[in-house]
Amino acid sequence: MYRYILDLLPYKSSFRFVEEIAYVDADGVVGHYTLQPDSFFYADHFPGNPVTPGAILTEIMAQIGLVVLGIFLITEGKAPANDAAAAAAKPTSPTAAIFPLLSSANVEFFKMALPGQRLTVTSKKEYFRFDKLKCRVEMHDAAGERVAKGTFAGFLKKL
Amino acid sequence: MDRREILEELKRVLEPYTENKELLRNINEQTDLVKDLKINSSNLVDVIIDAEAKYNIEIDFDSSEKMISVGSCIDVISDKINK
Repeated sequence: MYRYILDLLPYKSSFRFVEEIAYVDADGVVGHYTLQPDSFFYADHFPGNPVTPGAILTEIMAQIGLVVLGIFLITEGKAPANDAAAAAAKPTSPTAAIFPLLSSANVEFFKMALPGQRLTVTSKKEYFRFDKLKCRVEMHDAAGERVAKGTFAGFLKKL
Repeated sequence: MDRREILEELKRVLEPYTENKELLRNINEQTDLVKDLKINSSNLVDVIIDAEAKYNIEIDFDSSEKMISVGSCIDVISDKINK
């Protein structure tokens, strides 16, 4: 049902942090990402003691909380009539259809997130005006414990 | 409300988004929000939303595009409140 949103995400392979969209409407989104033990950052952060970098947790929150919701809002919840946009977002294309720009992230971390954990990101829209989307975003682990919370804002351009 | 009164109130709207409060004290109609006050351009949306709430007005996309300097902000705000 939300497949077209995943197809429009401009992030690919090692930098795509959206696995599943559980729910999305005009006011918010719930999505999941499972931390992949073979992700590029664990080897060096830290050797022998892999911990998910806060920057990556922030990115996961932004991709699900802002970009997924933003795509839903600018497409008004409907898959584009022609699949040109989806085709343009395929990795073979030099240009992505959607170009997101993060403008602010104010994040607090509550506990570590370790490789293999399945994370749930919940985002509630504060406003979407003049192309700017601002949301309150929370991240929980599989045990339901809060990993992070923050306020995110960004701009989403259709290329 | 005259332009001078709007300018005084506008200072309070701009305050949370202006790092250098000293600059804010001496603004005039020529002051550019981004170039002079160093407001993050992405926060201009928030300035507009806060101004809407303060003056109980609605600022559309075309008007928002004009709000570059203190003077042009006052133009838009006074135009809307006198409607």
